[in-house]
Amino acid sequence: MREPLKREQVPDDAREARLVSIRKEAEKKGRLVEQGVRPVGAPFPKASPETGYYGIPLLKEPQWTWQVPIYFFVGGASGAAALIGALAKVIGKDERLARDARLVAAGGGIISSGLLIADLGRPERFLNMLRVFKIQSPMSVGAWVLAFFSSSSGAAAFAQLVEQKIDIGPIRVLGNVAEGFSAAMGLPLATYTGVLIGATAIPAWNHNIKSLPIHFGMSGLGSGVSVLELMGNDDSPALNMLGIGASAVESYEGFHLEFRRDPQVNRPLKHGLTGWTTRLGGLLSGPVPLALRLIASASGSRRLRRAAAWSSIAGSILTRVGWIYAGRESARDWRIPLQIEQPPSTPELASERDVPQMRAG
Amino acid sequence: MSTATNLQGHSGQTTAFLTDSTLCIGCKACEVACKEWNGVSADGFDWSGFSYDNTGAVGHSTWRHVKFVEGNPQPGFGGNAGEAISWEFSSDVCKHCEVAGCLEACPTGAITRMEFGAVYVQPDVCNGCSYCVVACPFGVVQKNVEDGRAFKCTFCSDRQRVGLEPACAKACPTQSIKFGEINQFRNEAQDRLQELKARGIEDATVYDPQDTSVGGIHSIFLVRGDPRTYNLPPKPEVPTIYLKDGWRSAGIAAGMMVVAGLAAFLSTPAKNGKRLEGAGR
Repeated sequence: MREPLKREQVPDDAREARLVSIRKEAEKKGRLVEQGVRPVGAPFPKASPETGYYGIPLLKEPQWTWQVPIYFFVGGASGAAALIGALAKVIGKDERLARDARLVAAGGGIISSGLLIADLGRPERFLNMLRVFKIQSPMSVGAWVLAFFSSSSGAAAFAQLVEQKIDIGPIRVLGNVAEGFSAAMGLPLATYTGVLIGATAIPAWNHNIKSLPIHFGMSGLGSGVSVLELMGNDDSPALNMLGIGASAVESYEGFHLEFRRDPQVNRPLKHGLTGWTTRLGGLLSGPVPLALRLIASASGSRRLRRAAAWSSIAGSILTRVGWIYAGRESARDWRIPLQIEQPPSTPELASERDVPQMRAG
Repeated sequence: MSTATNLQGHSGQTTAFLTDSTLCIGCKACEVACKEWNGVSADGFDWSGFSYDNTGAVGHSTWRHVKFVEGNPQPGFGGNAGEAISWEFSSDVCKHCEVAGCLEACPTGAITRMEFGAVYVQPDVCNGCSYCVVACPFGVVQKNVEDGRAFKCTFCSDRQRVGLEPACAKACPTQSIKFGEINQFRNEAQDRLQELKARGIEDATVYDPQDTSVGGIHSIFLVRGDPRTYNLPPKPEVPTIYLKDGWRSAGIAAGMMVVAGLAAFLSTPAKNGKRLEGAGR
């Protein structure tokens, strides 16, 4: 119900002008043919082959909470850190970087597990994930990968800490084996999240299944590099090179998404709040750190590298948040699963308030 | 005694619903019967404000849902008043797909296939990861946030076990919801379609997508007009079809990470490799 007009709202210019135009038309033509005022909420949705069932979403919205995009970020960064650590140790002989990477991987493993468990409706039943292994379910594969990753990266970090007190051979060997294993598990951990959301019924996600794992994997690599740099490894030229590589691929992914001529299925990734979040995430993890890192490698500026690192981390988080929330937006567009090609002028994409949502509990 | 009550739960018979919207009167007895038998919570008294349907869609607390479609005035279908709109009602339910997205996606094994073809969420196993929610191409299964677990139609598995028909089919006063053997129903649906067409109802359609990756459903619908009017997707796909592309890309991404890592560390000078002393830097 409209609230009664307040004194200062009278006269309302738009409404007064409308009354005048109605009078003028009546004077001129002797009748009114112009369309009447649109009632609040009009045009009302219909059930038809062009509009679906009153524009009510066909698909259910993803019910993942904020923990999931943050988990994607932490899992990606720590998975990449495990790989960087192993390479730094074996090839780079950079003990300090290897040590920091072990700590990041282990910490990330613990945080990831916590976030994933916290997102469950029944967190106390987390272990039910480990009662079966289903290759056809990316969620099942991911749960096992995370379990292996967090235990092996935890073991590697523990060995690292013990090694610093008592440096004995067996501990070092065990630590190295665990480190190798966690690096091997870090690869799927950083990339499977793209498959996880891509292999769903959500149109904006499954439409991008081919680029998502690469996009998320490189986002993870960029943020893993950045976290390690911010821990004081901002003198490692190898890290800067990796950062350049990751942000270059991320730039490509961003431009690809931005400038590709594509159908309405990608709309939530380009328009509205979710579109701008994804776009900002793309800028901060692609071109911005790429430029900063290139300048830094020419000038040797550590400050620029740190700026690039912060940018990558922020971009990586925003990217994941943007994609998850774009999925929610996408689930509301009934036109894609119904294969309604031409978007009807009305009703527009139903907002949460326009449709009778099933109340979530 | 209906045919359904003769069913032996373990006889290996594959069962299905045949929901005939031309017989539905929109009484919602199926919704009520379903809620009562399964102890499903109420879903409030919200008004949609734009149709006579105030529930909207199936969800965690609505396992049967009657859709109300308003049609143009039609002689003989709008009652005695010539200008009255015609109504089409259709009771929606979980499709119990042959290849079910929710079942494939479930990481705990909580979602299983029952012997008569039902896709069943075991409430004592589900941990509420909500991955099935995004895996369903029909938007059926949903997590009850308060409870924490995902819920949907059980196909009255408990009743079918002991040879009873599902509560909705039993409560339906017009036999709009029929329950029986699936292949028999596929034939019956075609027969009914011919019968309706012979009576001049040209726009009757059977909704039973068998040529998509879901490979057929255990809830066949007979509706009037385009099934899209009832939010029934023309080509539902089980999301596992995207897995091949996805894992290939993940493999490429992992390869890129390894190659980038090797290139970065091999092309830059190695450090002296001095072991770190103690806890200090």
